[in-house]
Amino acid sequence: MSPVTEKGETSLMAKAIREGIFAAIISFFMFLLFVGVETYQDINNALVWRMRWGLLFIFVAIAAIGRFLTVAFIKPHLDARKLSKAKSGILEISTQKSFFHRHFLKIALVFLLVYPFLMMLIVGKQGSLKYVDNFGIQILIYVMLAWGLNIVVGLAGLLDLGYVAFYAVGAYSYALLSSYLGLSFWILLPLSGIFAALWGIMLGFPVLRLRGDYLAIVTLAFGEIIRLVLINWTEVTKGTFGISGIAKASVFGIWSFDVGAPNNFAKVFGLASSSVYYKVFLFYVILALCLLTAYVTIRLRRMPIGRAWEALREDEIACRSLGINTVTTKLTAFATGAMFGGFAGSFFAARQGFVSPESFVFLESAVILAIVVLGGMGSLTGIAIAAVVMVGGTELLRDMSFLKIIFGPDFTPELYRMLLFGLAMVIVMLFKPRGFVGAREPTAFLKERKAVSGSFTKEGHG
Amino acid sequence: MAPETTAMTDTILKVEHLSMKFGGLMAINDFSFEAKRGEITALIGPNGAGKTTVFNCITGFYKPTMGMITLHRRGGRTLLLERLKDFEINKKAGVARTFQNIRLFSGLTVLENLLVAQHNALMRASGYTILGLLGAPAYKRAVADSIEKARYWLEKADLIDRADDPAGDLSYGAQRRLEIARAMCTGPELLCLDEPAAGLNPKESLTLNALLRSIRDEGTSLLLIEHDMSVVMEISDHVVVLEYGQKISDGTPEHVKTDPKVIAAYLGVEDDEVEEIEEQLDGGAV
Amino acid sequence: MRKMGRTIQEMRPHRRTASRGKQMDYFVQQLINGLTLGSIYGLIAIGYTMVYGIIGMINFAHGDIFMLGGFAALIVFLVLTSLFAGIPVALLLLVMILVGMLVTGLWNWTIERIAYRPLRGSFRLAPLITAIGMSITLSNFIQVTQGPRNKPIPQLVTDVYHFGDITIALKQIVIVVLTAVLLAAFWYIVNKTPLGRAQRATEQDRKMAALLGVDVDRTISVTFIMGAALAAVAGAMYLMYYGVSSFTDGFTPGVKAFTAAVLGGIGSLPGAVIGGLLIGLIESLWSAYFSIEYKDVATFAILAIVLIFKPTGLLGRPEVEKV
Ligand SMILES: Nc1ncnc2c1ncn2[C@@H]1O[C@H](COP(=O)(O)OP(=O)(O)O)[C@@H](O)[C@H]1O
Ligand SMILES: [Mg+2]
Repeated sequence: MSPVTEKGETSLMAKAIREGIFAAIISFFMFLLFVGVETYQDINNALVWRMRWGLLFIFVAIAAIGRFLTVAFIKPHLDARKLSKAKSGILEISTQKSFFHRHFLKIALVFLLVYPFLMMLIVGKQGSLKYVDNFGIQILIYVMLAWGLNIVVGLAGLLDLGYVAFYAVGAYSYALLSSYLGLSFWILLPLSGIFAALWGIMLGFPVLRLRGDYLAIVTLAFGEIIRLVLINWTEVTKGTFGISGIAKASVFGIWSFDVGAPNNFAKVFGLASSSVYYKVFLFYVILALCLLTAYVTIRLRRMPIGRAWEALREDEIACRSLGINTVTTKLTAFATGAMFGGFAGSFFAARQGFVSPESFVFLESAVILAIVVLGGMGSLTGIAIAAVVMVGGTELLRDMSFLKIIFGPDFTPELYRMLLFGLAMVIVMLFKPRGFVGAREPTAFLKERKAVSGSFTKEGHG
Repeated sequence: MAPETTAMTDTILKVEHLSMKFGGLMAINDFSFEAKRGEITALIGPNGAGKTTVFNCITGFYKPTMGMITLHRRGGRTLLLERLKDFEINKKAGVARTFQNIRLFSGLTVLENLLVAQHNALMRASGYTILGLLGAPAYKRAVADSIEKARYWLEKADLIDRADDPAGDLSYGAQRRLEIARAMCTGPELLCLDEPAAGLNPKESLTLNALLRSIRDEGTSLLLIEHDMSVVMEISDHVVVLEYGQKISDGTPEHVKTDPKVIAAYLGVEDDEVEEIEEQLDGGAV
Repeated sequence: MRKMGRTIQEMRPHRRTASRGKQMDYFVQQLINGLTLGSIYGLIAIGYTMVYGIIGMINFAHGDIFMLGGFAALIVFLVLTSLFAGIPVALLLLVMILVGMLVTGLWNWTIERIAYRPLRGSFRLAPLITAIGMSITLSNFIQVTQGPRNKPIPQLVTDVYHFGDITIALKQIVIVVLTAVLLAAFWYIVNKTPLGRAQRATEQDRKMAALLGVDVDRTISVTFIMGAALAAVAGAMYLMYYGVSSFTDGFTPGVKAFTAAVLGGIGSLPGAVIGGLLIGLIESLWSAYFSIEYKDVATFAILAIVLIFKPTGLLGRPEVEKV
């Protein structure tokens, strides 16, 4: 924007070059051992090493050029934009929203409703399997989990690092009760939610008095305890082998998806037998569960309990001075969040037909929490977008087999999936510390509903 | 002197032999006083005297090391505040408070702040959320009432135009008023204010005085910590002076104003100089 | 985690003998094992506690910094033993540890500069999420560059001393002694040098410290470097003790060290060490007398119980809510 003097430009360039060289030196020593040296096992199974100068050079070059570009172009550009924004007033959000913007939710809902059929039309019945299952169902599970955790973290401001424990409780409730007692999905779905909520209350009761980071570590510990018990209580859980052959869900007991059953869905409707129908059915089940979660969250936010959650996030001491029992308020948030985790868990078990402790590691809790924070705490839309970007993005990497053509047949894009996921977490946070959607919708208004800017909301401390 | 039963001298809060120790520091030392129903009682004293600590003991945020705090409710019920949990002080005893460092829900709108204050009433009306989720008419009525109550206090606190703005966006003076309005929305019998006039300009200070008087006239008793002597002298019915955790004076504003001990405490003079000051004060009194 | 289980299991047969003296020996043996493990946890825990103390952030990537330290030591070991056959073990160990400290310090310095500093003073969860992202990035970076398989190396220090029925391996002595020496040096730095004073000042009140001329950015950088260096020593010793490295090594020891920091009272340096030792002892005694499978459950359960009754940890300053 503003004219830069020639002198300023050259000094900026000089600075950028200096910084680039500095980055090259630093990165050379950082990567020398880990990238420059390759360790591998030889024929005798002994660990040996060789140098990878070429790869090391690429890493160092990327660091140097990246730093140079950042200092020379990206940062001045960002600063100039910030400046011009500040000059032109604060009007960041234009009042004239586009049609797409205003009707975003409706469009998204319609798209989701027709998504499986759309995919079948585009890529055919068998081809659509991947899109319905790996993308559709997978993303929606994370949307549901993140929306559930959002009640705890986004609304009540309680930092829970062990949310996956409730997901596990739901999944194992379904797996065990359907295997041992033969109960059906539609009975076990609500039961799993209730069990998870009870666990939430049981675990929450002693620890919710703890504040902030102490709560975080204790929830993490509980998550690990539940996983370790699942691994070691082999008589019941079959340990790391997991429980397989879990019964499929049926269409309310009317039509079944078991191949041999007389009321098999495909048979009844005279369709060629295929696993697509079950996946499409599951897609609608998880979509309905997501919508339920969203509906309950939206309704609860406007109830006294939901307002108390948000007030708790803003200032716990003020809450107590207003006569709000903060312990029960936290417990309800914890239990409600846990319940949705339980629903999602039982759905997960029915979808996989197999559960094992592997699925409930800390990384899952971290991913779910990351989605909540990246989306913008409290915002359902933001969280859904974050789930699509993060989960969908990494799923995409699974199938980038065309990259093999570029990088050679040894290239396994899947290896880079979590690496890129981690980097994306860092980068999104650096550019958008408050997540995609920072603003908050008020739950009541006198004259007009105005979104509350993210700079006012607090993030809780407990 | 006067019989205890008359409405005017009815005691609402009685603090007896209150002591509070922080490690080796005796922040409050054997402090006793009474606040009368329907009055504005002011608690004054130099910085660090322990006023906020007294408030924290009364409102349950600190457990006093020693002492008894009795609250007499309108129906004749008596509660021992030091035995209640912090949130029960508001819920059961009807004592509301504000904070020296304003504690608003800054990310909620002004209206939402006032609705949160009516949590317990709304919670009951919503059948602990269940009836509310089902959309029971009784709950809908309760919500409408709660909004009316909020509107009433917004108008009184001159915040009605800001109702839909985030509380964190208000000016300092407006935040102070909102905190008072929020406390009033809990329907308290006793309102405790911790330095409500701190940081206000003279005009805001005057509006505040009017607001506090009208709160008193509507039947809520007030206990007020204040630094600004002009505010104290103008609106309080009864003044208690605290210094180094001990009571040094107690009486009407006129009495306290001329108490040599108080003057000494505020001006930090030696005892033998007190008389001198007293004479000067008498001479130059308004 | 599984690896530790194995080593302890090997010690188990001693228990068959029932005489009181033997039982005592067995107990002492477990104490020694626990002390060794606890030293490693303590060294990692200091990094958590220092960073938390100075910028109030749970540095989730710290466990992976420890893992990086282990890998650096492993690679140095491979390179040196193949280039200079017959290099003395003590020199080899020294170089492994020193190079590990330098490289991991550099990594942590860079990470703080790039990923944490821009978020300082922002939204509280943002640095936490960034640190979790960093943790995922680091472990997967090593998986990608060094491969997903476990990396075994030959035993470095094999000497074993017998005192009656008690066996003490030289490597255990090395670990405990090295930890003690490092802690002494560390204590000296924090309590007696201008750098330590700057750290403590920054911890108390960052703005005030800056006003009084403390270079806050530099102090925080140095804190990250020091934490990483200690974690690198722990990483090298972990490699020496178990003889194997894996890209997943950061998580479980990391979580346990963090647990140790919280148990001891996060922000307190002696607390971190005591917490580490306690967790090491709980782990080895529980494995010896109850069940190996549930040793981590015991650790976490004890953490929860301690926090419920003493919410600020064993040596943490009691926190009075200032209202
Ligand atoms: N939570 C606490 N821990 C330790 N000391 C405290 C605490 N709260 C108050 N104090 C001490 O008690 C004394 C009285 O403080 P306070 O009640 O805030 O005074 P005032 O409100 O009259 O200015 C001060 O010396 C203060 O440092
Ligand atoms: Mg005060």
